[in-house]
Amino acid sequence: MTVTVAGRGMTEQAIDVLIIGAGASGAAVAWSLAETKMKIVCLEQGGFMNPGEYPATGRDWEARASSDFSISPNTRQLAADYPIAEDGSAIKVANFNAVGGGTVLYAGHFPRFHPSDFRVKSLDGVADDWPLDYNDLAPHYAENDRMMGVAGLAGDPAYPSDNAERMPPLPLGKSGEVLARGFNKLGWHWWPSDTAIATQPHDGRDKCINLGACITGCAQGAKASTDITYWPHAQRAGVELRTHCRVREITVDESGLATGAIYYDGDGVEREVEAHVVIMACNGVGTPRILLNSKSAAHPDGLANSSGLVGRNLMFHPYASIQGIFEEELDGHRGPHKIFRSQQFYETDPADKTRDFVRGYTFEIQRGQGPVSTALTGLARGKIPWGAGHHAAFRKLHNRIAGMVAICEDLPEAHNRVTLDPDLKDGDGIPAPRISYTLSENSRRMMDHAVAKASEVLRAAGAIDIMTQAPITYGGWHLMGTARMGTDPGTSVVNEWGRSHDVKNLFVVDGSIFVTSAGVNPTRTIQALALYIADRMKQRLANLFD
Amino acid sequence: MDISFTDEEAAALAIIAEMIIPASDDYDLPGANDDRIFADILNTGARQYEPVAAALAALDAVCNDLGDQPFADLSVAARADAVTAFRHRHVEAAGVLATITTQCYYRDDRVMRALDMETRPPFPLGFDVDEGDWSLLEPVRASGPIYRETS
Ligand SMILES: Cc1cc2nc3c(=O)[nH]c(=O)nc-3n(C[C@H](O)[C@H](O)[C@H](O)COP(=O)(O)OP(=O)(O)OC[C@H]3O[C@@H](n4cnc5c(N)ncnc54)[C@H](O)[C@@H]3O)c2cc1C
Ligand code: SF4
Repeated sequence: MTVTVAGRGMTEQAIDVLIIGAGASGAAVAWSLAETKMKIVCLEQGGFMNPGEYPATGRDWEARASSDFSISPNTRQLAADYPIAEDGSAIKVANFNAVGGGTVLYAGHFPRFHPSDFRVKSLDGVADDWPLDYNDLAPHYAENDRMMGVAGLAGDPAYPSDNAERMPPLPLGKSGEVLARGFNKLGWHWWPSDTAIATQPHDGRDKCINLGACITGCAQGAKASTDITYWPHAQRAGVELRTHCRVREITVDESGLATGAIYYDGDGVEREVEAHVVIMACNGVGTPRILLNSKSAAHPDGLANSSGLVGRNLMFHPYASIQGIFEEELDGHRGPHKIFRSQQFYETDPADKTRDFVRGYTFEIQRGQGPVSTALTGLARGKIPWGAGHHAAFRKLHNRIAGMVAICEDLPEAHNRVTLDPDLKDGDGIPAPRISYTLSENSRRMMDHAVAKASEVLRAAGAIDIMTQAPITYGGWHLMGTARMGTDPGTSVVNEWGRSHDVKNLFVVDGSIFVTSAGVNPTRTIQALALYIADRMKQRLANLFD
Repeated sequence: MDISFTDEEAAALAIIAEMIIPASDDYDLPGANDDRIFADILNTGARQYEPVAAALAALDAVCNDLGDQPFADLSVAARADAVTAFRHRHVEAAGVLATITTQCYYRDDRVMRALDMETRPPFPLGFDVDEGDWSLLEPVRASGPIYRETS
């Protein structure tokens, strides 16, 4: 079959698989499917990043975190970004739109889910169980770990033993030592974090040299962003990646099956591409946005939306920040942000009467900050005055801050959702997503508990003062739940292997399909799921649409 | 797009930058209105002209309310009062001015050296970080599993 590419006036070979989005999950699914030798094209609205231009290469590296490398698309406003209407959200979206997606900026904190995270309803009577379990994902976690490269240490008592290949952990450093002693004093769990950061050369990438600028892009190439992990392999295996191509909608035929997509190329020219299979990998905000914008006679409420759940159950992970000020000098900004994690309060524990919430959270223990962030934190929290006292107050904080963030499990609630904004549009005229999100009472209680417990352990570690923020308003970096998976078409958008219940040649592989959020960072699980779905597709190629 | 500040805006920006981070004899440090640092502030500000100019306009509006004079024309004592009122009424705008001042101040070579920091970007040399004492993990290892069985 040949198809017309609108606007080009030329024909091209039929595409077997069209992937939309080249981030964490799009890269993984593209690489996995490449071995089928099908014709696979990925459309990505951003371009390839040039690590030689990342902020860490310049003296203004800290300042660029609030301009062209801001975590907020509404601040960056780059050509690849789309605006987000988020006045109605207690937490604001953080993302990155380029080949690599959010992994270009992510910190690389890379825990797996616990087995219990897939059984939330059975164990705690809340939310829903997943239609698969930890063992289903285990081989795909391992495959993803090999492709991304994970540093850490086996034997964490908070997890069952696993099959991960690990490089040595990131250094504890002075900050890590001081904080670990605090945890030991209280007898609390802690363990070096699994991180997607190479601590020795891995797959052509060099090892981490402690630039401390992970969340504005790793100029060294030690952090596993998918532009430098999966994509080179996928492209060599024949996947075509078209950059600066922004999809407006998925097209369908009269029977309601997906036929391809309409997109705008880098010159703003509208084009249409046809495909036998469409895979959405635009993240928990971008995917519902495009599905909702794909209205047709067969799908009047948006594509794959007969359940009415596309865009609903948005989960962010409310974060609390608890930072200690110490008398002694610590690592400051030197070294990757994350050092170790504590899951002392992760699993539900009815015997613990201090907990007035269900589920739990992880502490991600962090090193300090650069001088600009230190000054701004101090100014914002009233620790550094304007005027004469500035310098003395600054010196009390400089290289003396270390602490943690608490990542709280966010339970799905239907009213937390992504819809289309009636007025706001991106540069190509595509409606922007609108976010409505409130913090639940459970989340508030969990954050209060986390702030109290973190303060306790910081004091035990010797902190002389503590600064807190809960929630971190601009901390919506985990986007989940808006096209959830399940076996019942009435209560889920995709089935247990990522295929839309309504549209049998449409798949979703990004964070949208999460049933619950767990209390850990999602990317390792997002990618394991994408590989799992690719695997199921490969096993069923002959009868994929049955 | 880069837009240059008017002379009035630049004058007000220099005064407020110095009020945020003044020079210090004790630490042998320039203020944020030092020529080199302020040139950086003007350049950087030009790339984000709108919020910075809006913050300066908000400051002038406060001054007009208080005494019908632009900020740069006020006496030192009156400026201090105006800034207190401005920071109270326009928290975000004050934050914009503090951010740009701080960003440019803490990358000046003299300031970096005074903090014992190297005057270079993080890449390509990176930094040394102590490995740390991994024997600290022993009690955690000894405490045994804490994960929940699912079956
Ligand atoms: C500052 C920051 C720190 C983070 N730290 C961590 C961490 O430590 N650990 C962790 O696990 N996670 C972290 N994350 C989250 C992590 O980045 C995401 O979980 C992950 O990238 C999500 O993968 P995804 O495939 O769902 O979507 P993404 O990686 O967001 O990829 C989606 C892609 O789709 C593209 N796209 C969207 N719409 C369209 C369209 N209409 N047409 C074409 N292309 C489109 C986007 O440009 C993007 O490249 C962090 C994120 C940020 C921003
Ligand atoms: S600390 Fe390591 S991972 Fe982070 S940016 Fe530097 S080299 Fe990359």
